Amino acid sequence: MRGAERPAVKPRPGYLNLIAIRLPLPGIVSILHRISGAFLFVVGIPVLLTFVGASLASQESFASLKACVANPLAKLVALAFAWAYLHHFCAGIRYLLLDVQVGIDLPAARRSSVVVLVVSLALTLFVGWRLW
Amino acid sequence: MTDRKVTGAHYGLRDWLLQRLTALAMAGYTALLLAIVLWNGGLDYGLWTALFANAAFKVATFLFMAALLYHAWVGARDIYMDYVKPAGVRLALQTVSVLALVAYLGWTIAILWGGK
Repeated sequence: MRGAERPAVKPRPGYLNLIAIRLPLPGIVSILHRISGAFLFVVGIPVLLTFVGASLASQESFASLKACVANPLAKLVALAFAWAYLHHFCAGIRYLLLDVQVGIDLPAARRSSVVVLVVSLALTLFVGWRLW
Repeated sequence: MTDRKVTGAHYGLRDWLLQRLTALAMAGYTALLLAIVLWNGGLDYGLWTALFANAAFKVATFLFMAALLYHAWVGARDIYMDYVKPAGVRLALQTVSVLALVAYLGWTIAILWGGK
């Protein structure tokens, strides 16, 4: 029997080459969900609290924040926050739907991951359009 | 039996469920804030401070922040569990995260009810 010559346990891959792996679309949405979440945690929360605190402190600090955000470089940073929040939001809604068994077959899951990428980018562009 | 690590999860539904409930709470608050801004056609200092003087809005904001901080904790811990193998490093990261999140909650309370 030829089958008996094969080892009983297949050797497992020793390492995963992350550069060589091509992520499928749902995988891209998933890793971007993590990256945007980590960014919102590490940078987003302290910046949010700083801004809300300063915006409420006085009319002067509110005005200086407004002037600060008018800076083109600050607008780019604001756009990065907007994308992170919007992507995390849209991908999160997709996960909630998957949790309740909506769109769990592969073609539907692929389609919805494209929708998440496109909608979050489109909303980010809309925010950018409003900023400029 | 599974190898249970002290720096692992609680091996149950609680955090999984709370991550989703906190997400819904935050989505609701986001919609509320967006509706207020759109309804008033923008934000100026007067409206902004009036909003934060409202007790109900303060409570809603506090609940949003509490949900955000718990949600961030579950997410950060998931990331540590997946990518950080040494238990000591993981424990250190978790400790720093918890301290930061509790500090943020204190900061939130100071902003909402601290006065000037």
